[in-house]
Amino acid sequence: MFGMLTPEQIENKLDRILLKVQKPGRYVGGELNSVHKDWDKVTTRVALVFPDIYDIGVSNVGLKILYDQVNQREDALAERAYAPWLDMEPLLREHGIPLYALESKQPLACFDLIGFSLPYETLYTNTLNILDLAGIPVRSEERDDTHPIVIAGGHSTNNPEPMHAFIDAFVIGEGEEVIHEIIDVVKKWKAERNNPLSAFRREDALRELTKLQGVYVPRFYHTSYMEDGTVAAIEPTISEAPKVIHKRIVAKLPPPPTKFLVPNIDIVHNRVSVEIMRGCTRGCRFCQAGMITRPVRERSVEEVVAAADEAVRATGFEELALLSLSSSDYTYIKDLVDAISKRFEGRKLTVSLPSLRIESVSVDLMEKLKQHRSGGFTLAPEAASERMRRIINKFIPDEDIINTTREIYSRGWTTIKLYFMIGHPSETLEDVQAIADLCKRVIAEGRKVAGWKVKLNAGVSTFVPKPQTPFQWVSSDTRESILEKQALLKRELFKDKSIKLSWTNPDDSLVESWLSRGDRRIADVIYTAWKNGARFDAWEEGRKFETWMAAFAEHGLDHSFYTHRQRRTDEVFPWEHITAAVRKNFLFQDFRMSLEGQIRVDCRLNCFACGILPTFANLRRENPGEGWKCPEVKTPARKMEVELPLVGD
Amino acid sequence: MRVRITFSKQGPLRFIGHLDLHRLWERAMRRAGLPIAYSQGFHPQPKISLAAALPLGFSSRGEVLDVRLNEELTVTDISTRLQESLPPDIKIIDVQSVDERLPALQTQVLSAAYNVHLTEAIDGSELTRRVETLMNSESLLRERRGKSYDLRPLIEMLSVITEANGKVWLKMTLASREGATGRPEEVLSALGIEADTTRVERTRLIFQA
Repeated sequence: MFGMLTPEQIENKLDRILLKVQKPGRYVGGELNSVHKDWDKVTTRVALVFPDIYDIGVSNVGLKILYDQVNQREDALAERAYAPWLDMEPLLREHGIPLYALESKQPLACFDLIGFSLPYETLYTNTLNILDLAGIPVRSEERDDTHPIVIAGGHSTNNPEPMHAFIDAFVIGEGEEVIHEIIDVVKKWKAERNNPLSAFRREDALRELTKLQGVYVPRFYHTSYMEDGTVAAIEPTISEAPKVIHKRIVAKLPPPPTKFLVPNIDIVHNRVSVEIMRGCTRGCRFCQAGMITRPVRERSVEEVVAAADEAVRATGFEELALLSLSSSDYTYIKDLVDAISKRFEGRKLTVSLPSLRIESVSVDLMEKLKQHRSGGFTLAPEAASERMRRIINKFIPDEDIINTTREIYSRGWTTIKLYFMIGHPSETLEDVQAIADLCKRVIAEGRKVAGWKVKLNAGVSTFVPKPQTPFQWVSSDTRESILEKQALLKRELFKDKSIKLSWTNPDDSLVESWLSRGDRRIADVIYTAWKNGARFDAWEEGRKFETWMAAFAEHGLDHSFYTHRQRRTDEVFPWEHITAAVRKNFLFQDFRMSLEGQIRVDCRLNCFACGILPTFANLRRENPGEGWKCPEVKTPARKMEVELPLVGD
Repeated sequence: MRVRITFSKQGPLRFIGHLDLHRLWERAMRRAGLPIAYSQGFHPQPKISLAAALPLGFSSRGEVLDVRLNEELTVTDISTRLQESLPPDIKIIDVQSVDERLPALQTQVLSAAYNVHLTEAIDGSELTRRVETLMNSESLLRERRGKSYDLRPLIEMLSVITEANGKVWLKMTLASREGATGRPEEVLSALGIEADTTRVERTRLIFQA
């Protein structure tokens, strides 16, 4: 579609269109701390793509880590690209401007490696669109030695199958180390493909990639199906490819990035983010992140404070976010908060500490950070009936919620945000009624201590079952049921002007549902939906539910097979060959416990043998001590596949 | 102290709007460790004021801002510290200490000078003729956002420059007072030139003596 243009030609063409779009600053780069390397002085050029708009992508921490990792190499460079917004895409096409990287303005097709970040499934159509806008064949099988190798990583690749036709290789798990190994293979391919005496071609490079732990190359696997449409087996077609792809982890979190990009336009998260801990020991059954990011690894207080200080100096940002899945579980959270508030005293800096447990200690922590009371205080009970809290394994008694929210209001916050989910397995209208009742009680109790000014924002999203979780077997709630539950909440809560209710469009949840647990056949549906205009599926502006329905019909598939089917207990999942190292039988046992309303406590207190330690026994043995929150492994080294007896088992 | 900074804005930063530029300066000053003064109240705002908004897409060699600092520093010190903290496409041209009692910067601007480069070939003599006709007219009624106004009195100077190599471009000075601001793209439109075939640079702002 596009000839190769030079960066100068691209810039000249851009000049003609940039004033016709909203926020042209999205498309020009020039941010402080962006890295501009000499294009001709490196051998491997990597384009890192976040397939959502700039405003969201530029602050993504995952890509920032990889950007730093690659740019630290002498022999490689990393640049960035994002999805052009709906107003920009037609202009790029009309003016024949191929999608380019923001630093050098080189077309993406001129890079050797394109790495997509896919943290959520609703970015799939954008990924196809970006490849197409770059003039790169959208289907993996149509690419040859003249095209970049296209890889993807991020949480949604825990079921890579729906995207298997478009991505050459997936990274399962953490990318910090494996990105270097991938670059080494790409470097070799680049050198050999121009050598007429060498027979090493794209296919050979992809074969090499299968040998790296955590890398999945879908073209070397075959899926067969049963008569009922479920998967019969997924098997490698070449001897090098492993039968099961184990996720990759880093034993010790590398130093956090500090030279964050400072965008020149307003974006969603204008802030420095420092990851204090990776993984979560709580075991909430709906939470994919909590299952796939194990084991828990913590950074030291000193490392976090030093990185935060350096990053604030390097960016001038007004806000610092201390990131983790569950801040309250960070071992030295009190010390950290003390150290941060001391270090930044008197500086105009807002510190945010997300995912706090519902207890009064959390209020003390936030108070110490001298949070702007105007920002509101966020808590996530997720469910409001005791039965449902047992099912999802997030057990917080009502009294704890009431006591904590009362405390928050009485200490001067006027707004509390409570996050809930509807559509949990076996949920009834009574469980939903409990959400409304709890909200009313929070407000009523708040008024007793702080008067009529208290406000409550209730964010009620819809649960979507995810692969590699205890709920991977369950059906998504139907549209009718979700609408009925949302109607109940609106009826109950609209009367009170102090309560603001927000909810998710059920169509959006359905799109997410079939993309999350689809098999290889969903790839054609994605392709057709994209061809017919689907993109920005997470955005109201992009909503194209009918387009998706038509795409299912065109390929003779029924979406409810993927969304509304309770999966058999012995079912082979489309992602059966991918593992986040938490064993399927552990997940199944947890699912069974959920049906019986049984709780599993924090696994820091008691190891439940989820499967992490046998897989990563060597890494744990080499990294003893309290960095990891799993028990220590003291037995002698053995082969990875062999299961080890566990401490506390 | 009150400091007046003259700076250029080039490259990708041409596409950064007024509010974003304000924030960019605030962050740069914070990175430079300058003791910016803040307004009082619930939401303290840094005391930085930009002289005149630069339309999106224009580059500039003469933007001006005033900032109030809580400490006395030398202008050289301010200049060095700031230049290291700014993105590469903003360059400091001049830093001066100014009288605290001067009226607000925005109220002191009188007019603004622009150079307009044409990215498509144009007949120089035809353009000169159109410029002469325009400058010789008494008034030039135009409509902008549904309101009619006279553009002619807002044009203080307009001329065609023909270089030795035949390249033709325009120079203009337009009023830039509150309620009386001439816009280069309006002048270009009056001359029958499409805005997307031009590249406009503001060369300087002219202030009350």
